[in-house]
Amino acid sequence: MALLEVKNLQARVEEKDILRGLNLTVNPGEVHAIMGPNGSGKSTLSYVLAGKSDYEVTGGSATLEGEDLLELEPDERAARGLFLAFQYPIEIPGVASMTFLRTAVNAVRKKRGDEELSTPDFLRLVREKAKELNIDQNMLKRPVNVGFSGGEKKRNEILQMAMLEPKMCVLDETDSGLDIDALKIVADGVNRLRAKNRGFLVITHYQRLLDHIVPDVVHVMAKGKIVRTGGPELAHELEAKGYAAYDNAA
Amino acid sequence: MPAVQETVDRVKSIDVDQYKYGFETKIESDRAPKGLDESTVRFISAKKGEPEWMLEWRLEAFRRWKTMSEPNWARVKVNPIDYQDLYYYSAPKTTAGPKSLAEVDPELLKTYAKLGISLHEQEILAGVDPAGRTKVAVDAVFDSVSVVTTFQEELKKAGVIFGSISEAIKNHPELVKKYLGSVVPVTDNFFATLNSAVFSDGSFVYIPKGVRCPMELSTYFRINERNTGQFERTLIIADEGAYVSYLEGCTAPMRDENQLHAAVVELVALEGAEIKYSTVQNWYPGDAQGKGGIYNFVTKRGDCRGNNSKISWTQVETGSAITWKYPSCILRGDNSQGEFYSIAISNGHQQVDSGTKMIHLGKNTSSRIISKGIAAGVSQNTYRGLVSAHRKATNARNFTNCDSLLIGDKCGAHTTPYIEAKNSSAVFEHEATTSKISEDMLFYCRSRGLSGEEAVALVVNGFVKDVLQHLPMEFAVEAQKLIAISLEGSVG
Ligand SMILES: Nc1ncnc2c1ncn2[C@@H]1O[C@H](COP(=O)(O)OP(=O)(O)OP(=O)(O)O)[C@@H](O)[C@H]1O
Ligand SMILES: [Mg+2]
Repeated sequence: MALLEVKNLQARVEEKDILRGLNLTVNPGEVHAIMGPNGSGKSTLSYVLAGKSDYEVTGGSATLEGEDLLELEPDERAARGLFLAFQYPIEIPGVASMTFLRTAVNAVRKKRGDEELSTPDFLRLVREKAKELNIDQNMLKRPVNVGFSGGEKKRNEILQMAMLEPKMCVLDETDSGLDIDALKIVADGVNRLRAKNRGFLVITHYQRLLDHIVPDVVHVMAKGKIVRTGGPELAHELEAKGYAAYDNAA
Repeated sequence: MPAVQETVDRVKSIDVDQYKYGFETKIESDRAPKGLDESTVRFISAKKGEPEWMLEWRLEAFRRWKTMSEPNWARVKVNPIDYQDLYYYSAPKTTAGPKSLAEVDPELLKTYAKLGISLHEQEILAGVDPAGRTKVAVDAVFDSVSVVTTFQEELKKAGVIFGSISEAIKNHPELVKKYLGSVVPVTDNFFATLNSAVFSDGSFVYIPKGVRCPMELSTYFRINERNTGQFERTLIIADEGAYVSYLEGCTAPMRDENQLHAAVVELVALEGAEIKYSTVQNWYPGDAQGKGGIYNFVTKRGDCRGNNSKISWTQVETGSAITWKYPSCILRGDNSQGEFYSIAISNGHQQVDSGTKMIHLGKNTSSRIISKGIAAGVSQNTYRGLVSAHRKATNARNFTNCDSLLIGDKCGAHTTPYIEAKNSSAVFEHEATTSKISEDMLFYCRSRGLSGEEAVALVVNGFVKDVLQHLPMEFAVEAQKLIAISLEGSVG
C-alpha cells in the first residue's frame, strides 16, 4: 500500500484556489522532492496535509496508509505518523524546548498506545539526537524557537522529527537559511532517518540539498499542480533552466 | 510533561459547567435577620460572646460606613448591591464554635472532604494521607464561623497561636487590641469599613519571637448559605525573627445571584520576621452567560513594621465574577522587603482588577512585583499597581514585571502602573509585555501531537511558571491544575 496517496487535491485559502487537482503517491522507503516557483502552493500542500484550519479542502483526497487524513485533527495526524518541518517554525515564549519536546513525545506515544518515556530514557534520547544534529544543550533550555537563528530553528525542526519517529516526513524548505556545514548536518540527520518503512517529501528550491539527500523521485509543481515528474536528474535540469517552461503547463 | 497531562485529564473529567465545587451542603443554619443596622452588628457581636470593647469597635466602624460610598475607580462593572437584602451572619446550627474534630458535624467533614481538604489529623500524622502531603494545619471557615482548626495542640507546643479570630478576641485580647486595624485602618475604604463592622470570623495567627512555624498554616473559606455575605477577617503577626508560611483557599456553591465577599487581611512583620502569604482563590465565577458568581472585594495589606522584615504575597486568582484586590506592603522598617507574585486568570465574563501597592517608607527598602494576567473568553483583566517612595526612603528599589497573555480576541488586558518617587535616590524598574496565544502557535503544537487543550496548558504553564515556583510545593501542583480548569473552553 502507498504510504501517502494524494488524489486530485484541491484547496483554497481566503477564497483563493491554491491547490488545483494535485496527485502524488509516496511509497514506503521513498524520498520525493518537490520543486517549484514561489507561490506555486508547496507550503499550502504541506499545511493541508498537516491540517491547518485556514486551509479549506474543496475536493480530492489524501490518505496515510489508506486512512483518510483530511478527516483527522492535526494532533491525530501527528500520532498516525505525519510530520511537517515548518518553513517558518513558530516561536513559543516561556516554554523550554526540552519541555516542549517531552510533552510532544509523550503526547504522541500515548496516542499510539505506547508507554511514556521515563525521564532518564527521554534525556538520553534527546542528548543523543541533539548531538548528532550539533544542537547545544543550552539551546534546549531556551524557549522554543525564541531568539533562535534561522539555522538553529531548522535544526530544531529536525530534532523534533527525530524524536517523534514519524512515518511520513514533509520538509518544507528545511535547507533555506542554512550555511554549508549546517546543510550537511541536517541532510545527514535526514539520511539517518531514511528507512524502508518511512517516506519523505522534501520541498526545496535548490539542487544542492538533493546532492546530500538523494531523492528517488523529483516533482515540479506549478500553479497548484504537479506538472512534471522525473528522477534526480530533473533537479539538475531545473537548476540550469528555471521554471519558464512550466509557465503555461498548469 | 506529567503535570500537563494530569491537568488535561482533570479538565476532561469535569462536566460542562466546569466549576466542580458548586455543590451545596444541606445543613440547618442560624442566621441574623436580613439587612444591616446597629442591631445586626450587636447581634453578631453577641453571638460571638464578644467583650464590650470589640462591640464598640464594630459600632464605630458601622457609623463610619454609613457615611461612605462604594469606590468606582476600578475597571469593573458591578451590578448594584442592596446591602439591606443580605444576611450578615450565618452559621451551621450544630456548631457553637470551634471544637475538636470528633464533635464536628459529619455533614461538614464530608463537605471539606469533597473539596479535597483533609481535616483528619490522625490520617496525616499516621502517614496514610493518600496524596502523600506534608502536614498542614487547617482552619476551616464555613459561612460566618470557623468550624474546626487542626493541629492546634502541636502548634501550641511551639508557642504558635493559630485559630479563629473569634477565639483570639476572647483568649488573646491584648494581641488583638494591639494589632487589629493597625494595618488596615477601620476607615480605610468602603468594603474594609463594612468588614470592620460585621466581620464574622477568620483566622488569627501569632508566631512568637524567634520561632519558625513548624508547619504550613492554611485557612479554607467556604460560602454555602444563599444571600449571605462573607466578611472574614484575618490577622497574622510574626514577632521578631519569626517565620510563617500561610495559605488560604476558597470556594462557593453555584448560585444565580451574585454574592458578596468582603474580607480584610492584615499582616504584621516585626524586626527580622518573615511572612509568606499565598492565596488560591477559586470562588464561583458565574456561569457561561455571566450570571451569578462571587463579588470578591478584598483588602489585604502587610506592614513590614520592623527593620529587616519581609512580606511576600503570592496569589493565584481564578474564581469570582469580579475581583477587586490589591495585596500591598508597607515597607516601614529599614531594609525591609516586599514581594508580590500574582497569576490572575479571567475567562467567560469574569472581571479582574487586581495588583499591589508597594509603599517604601524606610531606608534601603526593596520590592519586587511579578504579575501574570491571562484573559480568555470575553473577560477583562486589569493590573493596577502603585509603587511609591517616601521623602525619607533613601535607596528604595523596585522591580516590576507585568505580563499579559490573551487567549482569543474578545477579551482585554490592561496595565495601569502608578509610580511616585519623592526621594531622588529611588530606582524603579518597570517591564510589561502583552502576548497572545495565536492560531499559529496552537497549530504548531498540534502538529507535534498535542491536543488543543494540551497546547494551551503548555503555553500557559510556561507563562506562569515564574510565579508558581513561589507557591508551597503541593499547592503549586493544585494551582497548576486549577489554571487549566479555569481556561477550559477557551480554545475553539
Ligand atoms: N493565509 C493565506 N492567505 C492568503 N493567501 C495565502 C495564504 N497562504 C498562502 N496564500 C497564497 O497562496 C499561494 C501559495 O502559497 P504557498 O506558501 O503555498 O507557496 P510556496 O509554493 O510555498 O511558495 P514559496 O516557494 O515562496 O515558499 C501564494 O500566492 C500565497 O500568497
Ligand atoms: Mg513555501
